[in-house]
Amino acid sequence: MKRTNDVSLRGAFCATKQSLIARRLLRAIALAMTLLLIASCAPVDLNAPIYDYDTRVDINAWATIPAGMFLAGQAAEPTMIDFDYEMMVTDVTVGQYVGYLNFALALGDIKIEEGKVLGYYPGDEFRGAKHELEIKAGDYILIPLDDPISRITYDGSQFQINFSYANHPMTNVSWFGARAYCQFYGSRLPSELEWEKAARGAADDRPFPWGYEIARNNANFYASRDPFENMSSYGSRTTPVGFYNGRTYNDYATLDSASPYGLYDMAGNVWQWVGDVLPKFSDRFMHGGSKDTYDMDLRIWVRNSAPPFYYGPDVGFRCARNP
Amino acid sequence: MQFPKDRFNYLFKSTKGLILVAIAMIAMETAIFGMLSGPMAEYGVRDIVVRALKMDLVQAEREGRIIILYHSIAMAVVAIETYMITSLLKMKEFYKTAVRVLITVGYLFAMIFGMGFAYWGHNWAFHGLYIAGLSLIFFAGVLLCIALWPWNREYYLTDKNYARTKKGFDLERAAFFTTALTTVLSALFGAVPGSFFGNGFETFLAENIIRLPEKTPMEYSVIGHLHIMLALIAIMITLIIGRWLNFRGILHKIAMPLMILGCIVLNLGVWGVVTPLEPVAHMIIYVGATPSMLAALFLLIWSWGDLARAGTAHIQKPTFFHKLAALVRDPLKFGPTWQMLFMNFTTSGIGIFMAVKLDEIFRLWPAREERIELTGHWHALSAIIATIILFYYGDMLGLKGKIRQLYGWCIIFFSDIALAAVTVFEMKRLFIGQAVQQPLVNSLMYAIDFGLGMLLVLLAVVMIWRLIDLFKKKGRWAEETGHELSEEVAK
Repeated sequence: MKRTNDVSLRGAFCATKQSLIARRLLRAIALAMTLLLIASCAPVDLNAPIYDYDTRVDINAWATIPAGMFLAGQAAEPTMIDFDYEMMVTDVTVGQYVGYLNFALALGDIKIEEGKVLGYYPGDEFRGAKHELEIKAGDYILIPLDDPISRITYDGSQFQINFSYANHPMTNVSWFGARAYCQFYGSRLPSELEWEKAARGAADDRPFPWGYEIARNNANFYASRDPFENMSSYGSRTTPVGFYNGRTYNDYATLDSASPYGLYDMAGNVWQWVGDVLPKFSDRFMHGGSKDTYDMDLRIWVRNSAPPFYYGPDVGFRCARNP
Repeated sequence: MQFPKDRFNYLFKSTKGLILVAIAMIAMETAIFGMLSGPMAEYGVRDIVVRALKMDLVQAEREGRIIILYHSIAMAVVAIETYMITSLLKMKEFYKTAVRVLITVGYLFAMIFGMGFAYWGHNWAFHGLYIAGLSLIFFAGVLLCIALWPWNREYYLTDKNYARTKKGFDLERAAFFTTALTTVLSALFGAVPGSFFGNGFETFLAENIIRLPEKTPMEYSVIGHLHIMLALIAIMITLIIGRWLNFRGILHKIAMPLMILGCIVLNLGVWGVVTPLEPVAHMIIYVGATPSMLAALFLLIWSWGDLARAGTAHIQKPTFFHKLAALVRDPLKFGPTWQMLFMNFTTSGIGIFMAVKLDEIFRLWPAREERIELTGHWHALSAIIATIILFYYGDMLGLKGKIRQLYGWCIIFFSDIALAAVTVFEMKRLFIGQAVQQPLVNSLMYAIDFGLGMLLVLLAVVMIWRLIDLFKKKGRWAEETGHELSEEVAK
């Protein structure tokens, strides 16, 4: 009986000469997968050197957006904003944010606890809707200090900038941190509509701030092959604000990609927080796409959202103000 | 004239010919339009394809284009399932012919003119023909329901091995009927908002509005429609596979009522999202999904048992390894249920995990992350359904020996590698930060591209072989012309 079983067992696996094919295939695939797995564990050097380019765009400049109609959203709905307002020509930079932190710390507006910079927020009205988070009055995270990708450090008395990021957009900043910055300087986060109008202008329904089509050298997006990108290790990194202004940096020629009102980086580089707080919804919106998203997310009307305490390496902001 | 006439008759009148045409159309569409997004866009392939094919892609219409693309592929899949049903189940010849003519013309119109409208400028005549195509498919669905009417005594069963009532009412046929009927109704559930939003500009992808706290009934209807249609296509392919493998016995008797119950409750839950039942609709959906998935599990248990039994019939006391060897001996018969099991990792498991941890984990991340998870999740389910169809098609082709092994195992390995990578990609934020993810993302993308690419190569080889075969006077096509799937059901 045993013999019969042995023979049959051999037969079973060998009837299966065919399963030999499967085994060989499996072995080859397992080898390939192992190699891929090893490759995927390669460490990423977050401190890899970066180019230091001066874009010659004034980071303190503001553009005036005049009152009037514009075409809002994907459906290009005629929409009125009946007041003039101003918006920063560039995203708030790391250098500007460090300046704010040092001022605010000196004035006692912010505090540092457990590796985080905290600031006060008066809270949202909580309606108890499905998935709504309760945002009570209190201190909330503005930026983390203990995150390895943070571009700002604190030496016990002063905030310092890491590396050559002074003219890069401020990242790893929560909605609270963006709001606190703008408020500190007497401005505010733009509303979603204000942001859209500033990006699109009033003349047409363009999907991108510069027009209807997108090229790799229009903006910093995923796999856009800019000088700050290395897809085999750290991936995409931010470009200095105003980088896509038609200038050539070493051999890399950019297209002038300002919006009709002269704002830079309204598509790509970093998502930008906007100020709207919707009832029954604790998330805050972001616009503009980022260095880590495909070009489709750079279309002006595309929304992203996250809870107000979220921060990430591709999230920044700029401010708006009334003239 | 005999040459084209014979080929036309094979391709458009025989079951296997019709399935071949639909698979070829899907393969072509997937190959061409798959090059417009994701890594293909990243590598610059999209720009070449757009220029070479003179496509006219307006940025604001991307969502509308994608919706037409999904629909045209889905219609061809529905057509394949319909061909299988009409060949596997008894029905009047008139209905069989009418259903097949309508759905063939319908999906070809939807695919050719829909894609023409979406990707090559807005020729509104094309749009009209696209809608006409969808309408024909709808009408074919109505006729299919009539053809499947299970209360017709002609279709009552006498064999006690199958799920039936005491009087012989065929519960498997009733399950097919229920799925077909609810598919038709759920198509309407999408047609209404489709007409409402379908001006090409107000269109949206469900994953982009999923977080908004307040949605209109029309928006809920779109979200419900896409979920239920994919679920129903999955339920129908499960029933088809069960019939092909000749699912029977006690598990069949338990599974079929569960399938009917699950299908009905699932649909009620989904339709409920546009009613005041919305707050509890998800609970109803879970209640409906459970019996449906249990029924699929019973098919899996029975089928694995059957394969193991049949493969060890010659051994007096088969060991576990004998049974295991027997189970995996025929990848085409093992593959469909294996993929159903694998689906729990790529789709159901992920879906349940997300639902359970939504507020605790996923809603704390940006919406874009959630969008990646949702999109990956249903792409994975669609791909699994496609591979199950390909297993069955491999069997229909009469593949034998090493070719059968190679074809079957290639589908299993390549698709599972790709889908496993997609699943890890969706969930990567659970274990890796955005700033250090690139090496992992690269590896996952290679795995996905390799897996899907090799699957498409395999499919291309089969399609080229079948194309060459069509030029032979007495090729395989000539043998297949008269074949019906009901004659090839496992004994």
